[in-house]
Amino acid sequence: MSQDTAAGKGNLFNIISGIIILAGLVVTFLRFTQGLGGVTNLDNNNPWGVWIGFDLLCGVALAAGGYTTSAACYIFGLKRFHSAVRPAILTAFLGYAFVVFALHYDVGRPWRLPYPIFVSPGTTSLLFEVGLCVFLYVSVLFIEFTPAAFEWLGFKKIRKVVVKLTLALTIMGVILSTMHQSSLGALFTIAPSKLHPLWYSTYLPVYFFISSIFAGMSMVIFEGTLSHHYMHGLMDKTHLDEADGVVLGFARGASMVMMGYVFIKIIGLVSDGTWQYLSSGYGLLFLTELLCFVALPAMLYGIGSREKNLKLIRWTSLLTVLGIVFNRFNISMVAFNYQLPSSQRYFPSLMEIVISIFVVTLIVTVFRFITTRMPIFYEHPEYAEHEEEPAAHGHGH
Amino acid sequence: MQRRKFLGLLGAAGLMTTAVAGQAQAAGSKHFEGYPDSFGVLHDTTRCIGCRKCEAACNTVNKLPKPDKPFDDLKVLETERRTTDTAYTVVNKYETSKGLKFRKIQCNHCLEPACASACFVKAFTKNPTGSVTYDESVCVGCRYCMVACSFNIPAYTYNDPITPKIMKCTMCQPLIAEGKLPGCVEACPKEALTFGKRVDLIKVARERIRQYPDRYVDQIYGEREMGGTAWIYLNGVPSPEVGMRDDLGVASAPELTGGALATVPMIVGLWPVLLTGIYAVSKRKDKIAKEEKRQAVTAALTKAAADAEVKLSAALTKAEVENKKQIEVAVKKAVEESAKQPKTEGEA
Ligand code: SF4
Ligand code: SF4
Ligand code: SF4
Repeated sequence: MSQDTAAGKGNLFNIISGIIILAGLVVTFLRFTQGLGGVTNLDNNNPWGVWIGFDLLCGVALAAGGYTTSAACYIFGLKRFHSAVRPAILTAFLGYAFVVFALHYDVGRPWRLPYPIFVSPGTTSLLFEVGLCVFLYVSVLFIEFTPAAFEWLGFKKIRKVVVKLTLALTIMGVILSTMHQSSLGALFTIAPSKLHPLWYSTYLPVYFFISSIFAGMSMVIFEGTLSHHYMHGLMDKTHLDEADGVVLGFARGASMVMMGYVFIKIIGLVSDGTWQYLSSGYGLLFLTELLCFVALPAMLYGIGSREKNLKLIRWTSLLTVLGIVFNRFNISMVAFNYQLPSSQRYFPSLMEIVISIFVVTLIVTVFRFITTRMPIFYEHPEYAEHEEEPAAHGHGH
Repeated sequence: MQRRKFLGLLGAAGLMTTAVAGQAQAAGSKHFEGYPDSFGVLHDTTRCIGCRKCEAACNTVNKLPKPDKPFDDLKVLETERRTTDTAYTVVNKYETSKGLKFRKIQCNHCLEPACASACFVKAFTKNPTGSVTYDESVCVGCRYCMVACSFNIPAYTYNDPITPKIMKCTMCQPLIAEGKLPGCVEACPKEALTFGKRVDLIKVARERIRQYPDRYVDQIYGEREMGGTAWIYLNGVPSPEVGMRDDLGVASAPELTGGALATVPMIVGLWPVLLTGIYAVSKRKDKIAKEEKRQAVTAALTKAAADAEVKLSAALTKAEVENKKQIEVAVKKAVEESAKQPKTEGEA
């Protein structure tokens, strides 16, 4: 019986994702035959839309779970997060890979995407920094992900080499992430006249970096919730035993970082002298973003981790993730070009949204494909945990 | 592990980015006054009559497609327009406190162009003539230049699926290079446009304000806006009345982004040190914990062995035991039990 419902669920998933992928392919065809003008609502005043606001900005922020988790485990020595590292790295890798994929739709000549690095580097551009770091970080994530693939394929020697690089790769990942997460925010510092003063700040890079930390942690919790729901059978005992600890630990961590974020946002408001805008309509939007989508979840995370209320934490992670999306949308679309008359403002077209959903569907599909084949949620039986320090575990039977 | 190699690599990366950011800084920290003899255009909006002759000339000179409505159709002025991929310049009409005014829009050829600073493939060049030109051959089509330009000038060929590009005024760079006037300046019947060296134009503008203080507001728009522009403007009314923002500030694009770029070498320099430090601490904590645990276990074992020995000898003296095996089991149990206790304590 339960077998039947599971199969039913799987079928439903396949049908829906099939439809989305089909629609995505149609729009893809249109995009590359009609140009951006044929499928998007972008225009000369609104050069960036939802493909940048969601696919790039949210994609990168929400894929931050990769560096936060591996840093927690390998640099801060919180070994109990070990079983969360692989799923987080895989999500991050897929997240970034698909950010790059989605950019192929947005930029005019995608085959020139390597130009900034290899042909004509524009080093004064923050976008150059973003591009370079994302390029390097995708490579780092790819290498970090390979041990799982090598275990699946049975390539023991090369796996061992890569595992030895773990610390170096983790540090590299943190550096590259710090740089491009913050640079994404800094992109907007060039246009003080276009971004509403409540969001414009010279601290934008700091805001983006700090928010990426709790975005990543919340995504790990949120995605863990989904995985536990749909892929419980794939998880080994260690993963299941550690899972609650990971959720509690990350909830406490995220709660603290979010409090800090609210604090620096307030400092920024005061030091930029923009608090007087709070009484406007945009002020309401700003306060909603800060109070309902950051301060509130920070509190809920705090309560959840103190009372060990996993359910509360899981719902909070969804709220936080939505808050990040809300913030990135505000900066890239809602509060951007605020001075233009409403007739000249941007709203995404249906086809733009289809592509964004299409990309998310592809990520989920590939994630499922990989996790059902490679050792992501469990440890490969032939590769004992922490084999580089075998003395640590005298497994008595 | 090849720690040294890794640190060496990072060091190299740090140096590289420092050098790169250094260049950016060079462009960012000191105020660039523009090329000394660069040209510009003075647009005196009090003289403009909205005849659109400049638009027509621009269209011809740059071989742009013919518009739907001819250039002598002045009804076009009823709606406010901006530059597009088929019009490098447009003239708009404004109802102002001093009656109807007209103003021409085109690229302002900034002294420190935001578009050039933003472009990640260096597609824009600030030429010694003063013009800012664009090279299609490297453009990726990311449109960050459009986001960056405070004057909303660059336009994009959105309907071109294969080779979309940025379109904007070149200040007629090819004509200037031949010593000729830009198309619009040449065509203007009212001398609302004056071409010349920017330094001279500033003087001309000052002089006009001095001579006719009632005609002009006392401001040369573009003298300092966004770090200064090659095109400068004289207005009869405050600039917002003719659609020019007065809140752009005087900071140029490189000044706005310089701070963020300057933190790059800091991150590259500091993070590895910090992170390796944290790693070392956590590793050491692990090691100490492990060491303490080991010591506790050893101590417990020694104690257990001693206890067992006492017990053993007691047992031996107490009675003659035939079954030696029984004692061995008892000893083992005792050892195990006493070993367990401190271990769990150590973990708690
Ligand atoms: S006006 Fe805009 S397009 Fe022209 S040079 Fe300045 S920033 Fe570039
Ligand atoms: S659209 Fe082209 S010119 Fe503009 S910033 Fe991007 S690459 Fe540079
Ligand atoms: S040609 Fe001269 S007067 Fe006519 S619209 Fe252009 S700038 Fe104004």
